[in-house]
Amino acid sequence: MKLRSLVPGAFLVLLFFSAALVSYVWTPFDVTLIDIKSRFQSPDATHWLGTDHFGRDLFSMLMVGARTSIFVAIVAVGIGMLVGVPLGLAAAANTGNLLDEVIMRTNDMVFAFPALLIAILITASYGPGAVNAIIAIGIFNIPVFARLSRAAALSVWKRDFVLAARAAGKNALRISLEHILPNITNLLIVQGTIQFSLGILAEAGLSFVGLGAQPPIPSWGRMLSDSQTLIMTEPQLALIPGLAIVLTVLGLNLLGDGLRDWLDPRLRRER
Amino acid sequence: MLHYIFKRTLILLATLIVASLVVFVSLEIVPGDPASYMLGLNAQEDTVAALRAELGLDKPKIARYFSWVSGLVTGDFGTSYTYRTPVADMVQDRMWVSLPLAIYALALSTLIAFPAGVYAASRRGGAGDTTVMGLTQLGVAIPNFWFAMLLVLLFAIKLRWFSAGGFPGWDAGFFQAMKSLTLPAIALALPQASILTRVMRSSLLDVLNEDFMRTARAKGLTRRQALWKHALRNAMIPVLTIMGLQFSFLLAGAIIIENVFYLPGLGRLIFQSIASRDLIVVESVVMLLVLAVVLVTFLVDLAYAWVDPRLRGTR
Repeated sequence: MKLRSLVPGAFLVLLFFSAALVSYVWTPFDVTLIDIKSRFQSPDATHWLGTDHFGRDLFSMLMVGARTSIFVAIVAVGIGMLVGVPLGLAAAANTGNLLDEVIMRTNDMVFAFPALLIAILITASYGPGAVNAIIAIGIFNIPVFARLSRAAALSVWKRDFVLAARAAGKNALRISLEHILPNITNLLIVQGTIQFSLGILAEAGLSFVGLGAQPPIPSWGRMLSDSQTLIMTEPQLALIPGLAIVLTVLGLNLLGDGLRDWLDPRLRRER
Repeated sequence: MLHYIFKRTLILLATLIVASLVVFVSLEIVPGDPASYMLGLNAQEDTVAALRAELGLDKPKIARYFSWVSGLVTGDFGTSYTYRTPVADMVQDRMWVSLPLAIYALALSTLIAFPAGVYAASRRGGAGDTTVMGLTQLGVAIPNFWFAMLLVLLFAIKLRWFSAGGFPGWDAGFFQAMKSLTLPAIALALPQASILTRVMRSSLLDVLNEDFMRTARAKGLTRRQALWKHALRNAMIPVLTIMGLQFSFLLAGAIIIENVFYLPGLGRLIFQSIASRDLIVVESVVMLLVLAVVLVTFLVDLAYAWVDPRLRGTR
């Protein structure tokens, strides 16, 4: 088993997940606490990563920011899976029929809207916020999971045990749930980690342009956009949240690669 | 092939019609009236009503949808609520920033990805391959707007080679204009180059295992000759597909990068319009970007079916 990707990936992901979870019960400082007197402090024993332009503790903001990023991305992946996978399974079970065509063409249509455009449309209508970011990224995830599960399900439908299940009188719904879904779960998990990492990037991008989580909830993207005008004098304010995003996304991608190798040896990257 | 083109064209048109409905309906349910917003809190009711009539906001929604769509088809995107100038002119001006930026970024990502992908594939499993793949892993994990900020920090603030933002316009000269687009284009190109390098490498490795490559080597070609003469050409199909798809993502990705560099492109326009409730501009720019994505996907599909006839029957 190749653990080259899995171990460092899992370590990074665990690190940020733990930070996010711990932030629910404890952070070194209150992230809403504004203390102008201690602004722009360098890292020391009190403020481990220093403070920002409002004197807020960067380490605490990073912890709560992890919570925002992970929450938005995880719910968005959940929406994509919960809607996309049943659609993909239904399309595969009715391959060549009108239902398949309608589902897949609708998917193509949704695919024409990059997540940012969906977010812009939602924001222009309902205003910015974490929930709207979740909806935008979630909608973007639906066709990804629908396409993947349709393609994967189609190959399972050709297998002998499905034929046996049909001969035993099971209908398409039962076959999809009892035989197809368990056989494509590994693929879905791997794609889930990839979409999760894309979700973290998308959430950061949306918050960066002001379409994501709103103040006073800290988010990595907004920490970056706040630091933009201070980059000349306080570059660490831009470096720290940026590194957090890179390490989380890198961790998720490595975890995805590692899981793919681990869960399905046939997919092992020989190239 | 003709049947395939016809079918794809129908799907393209249907997608555009549904997309236009989605865009229009999403923005029409917006709470708040643009006319009241423009005139402020103290405006008289009859003044607001007059402005609503002038902007055509008093007509039924369905009539406004059809007039908007027919306008889009004929190139008349309406008049901006805020600037009172034709939206088409505004879009055209901004397009001359966003489009060159996307093309520049695509060119850069291709220039980086091709040699990197060929190099990694030709040294499969070796230290060079591992290094390139490690770098691409990092490249896809870096948010392009953060990379943009790092570029500004290094090349604009520390080294002072480039300006930190702004666009002097094409009138200032081609070189000056391209110079101000260079850092944004590099920032946009990084993740795309990483993805393209991976596709290039895996596509080349697939081809290198083909029988005709063994034949080429048996004919007496060196590994390098076989790679350049036979493998590259055959590996290009998936690479071109990804490049086509990337172009539309670059156009959308430029929305954020333009905000980092204060470039007067479509991205800045869209955010300014949201802030000032200039919905007709938002509608038109979003629709234009959707059109770009759909059109590029359509062209890629056609090119793919043209090269590989087996695909014509599958969709």
